[in-house]
Amino acid sequence: MQEVLLSLKNISKNFGEGDVLSGVSLDVHKGEFVTLLGSSGCGKTTTLRIISGLETPDSGEVILNGQDMTDLPPEKRPVNTVFQSYALFPHMNVEKNVAYGLKVRGMDKKAAADRVAQMLELVQMSEYAKRMPSQLSGGQRQRIAIARALAPQPQLLLLDEPLGALDLQLRRQMQIELKRLQKKLGITFVYITHDQEEAINMSDRIAVMRGGKFEQLGTPEEIYDRPKTRYVAQFIGRSTILTGRVVLADGSLAVVENENGSFTVDADYAKMTVGEMCDICVRTERMRVSRTPVEGFSLPATVREARYAGGSVMVYVNLADGTEVAAECGFRMADAPKAGDTVYMHWNPAQAAVIGGASYGA
Amino acid sequence: MARNTALRRSDERRNALFVLPMALFAVVLVALPLVYVLGTSLVESGQDFTFGAAFTLDNYKKLLRADYLKVFLNSIQLALYTTLVSLIIGYPFGYFMARAGRRWKALLMMLVIIPFWTSALVRIYGWKILLQANGPINAVLRGLGLIDKNIKFLGSYGSVLLAMVYCMISFMILPCHSAVDKMDFTLVEAARDLGSNPARAFVDVTLPLTMPGILAGCVLVFVPSVGIFYLADIMGGGLVLVGNLIRDQLLKVRDWNTGSAMSMVLIIMSAGVYLLYRRSGGDDLGVF
Repeated sequence: MQEVLLSLKNISKNFGEGDVLSGVSLDVHKGEFVTLLGSSGCGKTTTLRIISGLETPDSGEVILNGQDMTDLPPEKRPVNTVFQSYALFPHMNVEKNVAYGLKVRGMDKKAAADRVAQMLELVQMSEYAKRMPSQLSGGQRQRIAIARALAPQPQLLLLDEPLGALDLQLRRQMQIELKRLQKKLGITFVYITHDQEEAINMSDRIAVMRGGKFEQLGTPEEIYDRPKTRYVAQFIGRSTILTGRVVLADGSLAVVENENGSFTVDADYAKMTVGEMCDICVRTERMRVSRTPVEGFSLPATVREARYAGGSVMVYVNLADGTEVAAECGFRMADAPKAGDTVYMHWNPAQAAVIGGASYGA
Repeated sequence: MARNTALRRSDERRNALFVLPMALFAVVLVALPLVYVLGTSLVESGQDFTFGAAFTLDNYKKLLRADYLKVFLNSIQLALYTTLVSLIIGYPFGYFMARAGRRWKALLMMLVIIPFWTSALVRIYGWKILLQANGPINAVLRGLGLIDKNIKFLGSYGSVLLAMVYCMISFMILPCHSAVDKMDFTLVEAARDLGSNPARAFVDVTLPLTMPGILAGCVLVFVPSVGIFYLADIMGGGLVLVGNLIRDQLLKVRDWNTGSAMSMVLIIMSAGVYLLYRRSGGDDLGVF
């Protein structure tokens, strides 16, 4: 796991209309599942194309297994891609599609046929070997695209939003299957998605991208629990961000205050000093609502609406200065506060994150 | 549902109304003359295609002569060469036009389309001036010291072929261009990704996927090329083609029956090529 397979060193790329990528660096370990997460236009697809060789960077290096591949054409790289649109060859049947990478590399027919059969079995598509791509459903095409990319036994598999075109049900199922496949084969995956849930479910590490840079690189847990920037906090999951001044910091806990009142946050990892401003991020499902004041917190709020959300109740409130806050609570609908009620917002300090600011130390 | 059907029916009726003038046009100006030609080819020499004319196949039997056969072969050979040269030049042209940037695309498209607005006859006379013995091309070649004596271009088979290709190549470029334009080039990237070099990716992916355009272009060039004869006449050299033969039968010999029979053979040949093309899965070219 610790051996570095792929190393991107300070990659920049410009298509003539401003930087698409500016100084991206990334180490991917052998067997790791790394996801590039970001909204469209953040440079994630360009990063992937630079790894596959379909695009060359303006500056920086692509190193695979210690070998500089920056100037190698795609056909000379031991890397295969699952394209967003699948890109199955419409004039070849399933079998020939999967065999293509083996054929061009000159594998003998018998061995190639065995390998194709093995790949089709792996993605459970054996009985479709003779079908044409146009006769397959989206999910089936997806499987063939994966089988085709895996057949030449790449050291690294690149997946460009492979599940983007599938409906939710199928997407969830394929997430599990892909993850299982990756573990079973031990192949390193670099995966692209704009779906944060997908990224969190599948990845060993996530790189959140924005404007051609990595906003944060870390495990799903780190990204979710300890977002480094406001952008990450807002992009991943639903949360409330509160800005305030630190009034007390005793090493493990800090008390922060703003016009809405004061609140407590875990400061173990954040080295906060009294008097500075900071942003606090609280996840919607960790925000709690109390009918009575809570010790250490004085965040009174007025309930705007409570709505049943399937298994939980979403309570929407306004703080004193009008800041809108949402909280996912375990109430039954009948017990939930009504619009106009005064409630007190609080949370477990260990579950609130300090983001950004000069004080961020981790 | 019932309402939908009713709507569709009234739509269809309205559409039929729009189609009527075109159908009338086709029947009066295309189908009827063809029937007349067919009829004329099936009656005895010197007779018109009227009631009571004597039916005969003699006009067709008359065509089974070695020199006529040679003329047909001349035409087919010239059309094949024309198609081949048009393909060799037209496909890359169409390909790069489809892959070029916006500005280049517009410019190249103009270069293909504009000649359409001028009479082919006028443009071919232009070529004739360029190619003549004391014309600009010879002058340039002499100036560059490449030749000491003027080359006699006109009258050569090459000059006829040049004129043919020049007139027909748009019909090759446009379908090739549209086939390349429609193609999803992610597929080429996928082939590269799987280990093909650019040449192999072209042969394995681009070529088969643009084959419909290539076939359409070949039919669109070949079929009219078989019948064209005035280009060879203008360029000189005395190459006799089916067109010359038909014209001579109709206008010089005044044997309308034999001329009609020749026309029918030409039409059936063209239709045969088109049917073969459609049979092999070719796209509708809007011909029939």
